[in-house]
Amino acid sequence: MVLKYLIEKEFKQIRRNSFLPRLILIFPCLIMLVAPWIVNLEVKDIGLNVIDHDHSTYSGKLIQKIGSSGYFRITDLSGSYAEAMQSIQSNESDIILEIKLGFESDLLKEGSTQVLIAANAVNGTKGGLGSNYLAQIINEYSTEIRENFQPLPNTAIPVIDVVPQNRFNPHLDYKVFIVPAQMVLLLTILCGFLPALNIVGEKETGTIEQINVTPVVKFTFIIAKLIPYWIIGFVVLSLCFVIAALVYGIVPTGSLLTVYLFAGLFVLSYSGIGLVVSNYSGTMQQAMFVMFFFTIILILMSGMFTPVNNMPQWAQIVTIFNPLKYFIQVMHLVYLKGSGVWALCSQFIALLGFAVFFNTWAILSYRKKA
Amino acid sequence: MVTVQNITKQYGKTEALKNVSFSTGVGEIFGIIGPDGAGKTTLFRILTTLLLPDSGTAIVNGLDVVKDYKQIRNNVGYMPGRFSLYQDLTVEENLNFFAAVFNTTVKENYYLIKGIYKQIEPFKKRKAGALSGGMKQKLALSCALVHKPEVLFLDEPTTGVDPVSRKEFWEMLKDLKKQGITILVSTPYMDEAALCDHIALIQLGRIMSINTPQQIVAEYRNKLYATKSESNYRLLKQLKLRSDVASCYISGEYLHVVFKNNTAPFIENVEIHNIQPTIEDCFIQLMGVNNVDR
Repeated sequence: MVLKYLIEKEFKQIRRNSFLPRLILIFPCLIMLVAPWIVNLEVKDIGLNVIDHDHSTYSGKLIQKIGSSGYFRITDLSGSYAEAMQSIQSNESDIILEIKLGFESDLLKEGSTQVLIAANAVNGTKGGLGSNYLAQIINEYSTEIRENFQPLPNTAIPVIDVVPQNRFNPHLDYKVFIVPAQMVLLLTILCGFLPALNIVGEKETGTIEQINVTPVVKFTFIIAKLIPYWIIGFVVLSLCFVIAALVYGIVPTGSLLTVYLFAGLFVLSYSGIGLVVSNYSGTMQQAMFVMFFFTIILILMSGMFTPVNNMPQWAQIVTIFNPLKYFIQVMHLVYLKGSGVWALCSQFIALLGFAVFFNTWAILSYRKKA
Repeated sequence: MVTVQNITKQYGKTEALKNVSFSTGVGEIFGIIGPDGAGKTTLFRILTTLLLPDSGTAIVNGLDVVKDYKQIRNNVGYMPGRFSLYQDLTVEENLNFFAAVFNTTVKENYYLIKGIYKQIEPFKKRKAGALSGGMKQKLALSCALVHKPEVLFLDEPTTGVDPVSRKEFWEMLKDLKKQGITILVSTPYMDEAALCDHIALIQLGRIMSINTPQQIVAEYRNKLYATKSESNYRLLKQLKLRSDVASCYISGEYLHVVFKNNTAPFIENVEIHNIQPTIEDCFIQLMGVNNVDR
């Protein structure tokens, strides 16, 4: 069987490559062991600079409460706003809280007072979320004070107490969210990039010319290029499952078979994209650049880092055509929620559609010329 | 064995081949002789089914290159001008691989490649990329032969190969010819033309002449003189100004001159004598005629 010899040849070439086997091993480890610690959108450890002009019991209590919340690190107690601004400039603090003179007396006499919150919004997420947290803490504090001061017997103060319950990821651990998504990234590179670059590589060295005058059918040739990377991709994916379980204790709530099924479908569609690119490019450089161009955009629009729902309307429409989005959804749903195949019907159809579309395009765009 | 009729191929506005026709006999070495850019590689790519002609037909081994391309691929061997084997596989692996894709084994046709392969066998564990230029050519020829093709296409096999290896290579071709294999070989080296059974002189996508090398030389219409002086450059300028000189060009350490009345005049301090034309002289003459035609 010719296919067997072709695949054997591919594996020999991969093994002999001074660079590729290492990449195939190191890359998943890096992505699985390092990236989840880096890619973290939780906001913690916000540097807070407090300017307390009041120096009263009440302002002291407030500062204490903020300090013990766990979100803030009180970096400095400045004497003036200008001084506090300087610590923001030098990146020591992120947020300034200014308590005015007469904070306590206003509170006690008039029943209301004001504080100033100024946030450094260079990092929008940190600034926005930080000032939100701070406002919440101050609100809580004011409720406490009110309760203490108007202890009207028999009259309960009507308060709606909100107790959030985070389903499927109770501790809001970002790693639980990012680890399954990282596996998608890995398959994208291993099964989408590598075979495409490999085919273009044969074009570049001219070896495809020698193959084209043999009776080897183009289809066999391409399949022989894809299969080794599919095998590698699945081995690496399984390795990722093990790392996720051992290192992070993240095991899919749903069935692993579902993940494999969708991974297969995804790999099929993404290597289709790779083949289309390889058909249109003559050099590795071209192919590499085009693949990067699309992959970076697809990753940014996949919902991996920012939820698709947060995107503007037009961008949300664009993501309909993003195979990465569907596979990341599947990974999240299976890993966190334990969804079965039936619940993932729409994703299945979408991925199947991509697989058919890109592979048909790949076949049609292949011309007889080398 | 190979019959080409009115093949034309254009790349955009550039005419790579223009109404090319020729045919070869069975078991002969047919040389396509022409300078770089003459269209040799394009012609080979059409004949090996890698490229579609714009018009015209080509029959290889009784099969049409457009319609029956799949069968043609089973029984022709092609050695592209650029080394196109897997550089990261060893000599042995390359040979086994190409045998396998043709559904055969090295053992089966070993007798055919034995003479060539023996010379590189000591290096069979070496990666193809680490071979010398001459050895690469031998390996490429072995790989092109391993499935026992009936027609062998060699695109500039001796370009960039040292003179000794070139000579060896042509000896190997002669041996293959004895096995009944038809060989089409292209080369920019005119001295190799004499080693072919028939040659086609090609220039700018047109075939200027097809014949045996001997006949092409015999058809040279003028008397050719070789001349030499202390300064060939000054002599060349001097000759070009003379009204009785038809053409004059440098050939090695001599200048080759054709006079309009086919007799050499006396020039002081200049050695001048009548010589037999070579293929190169014929080529230059034909080129001149073609330029006048256009």
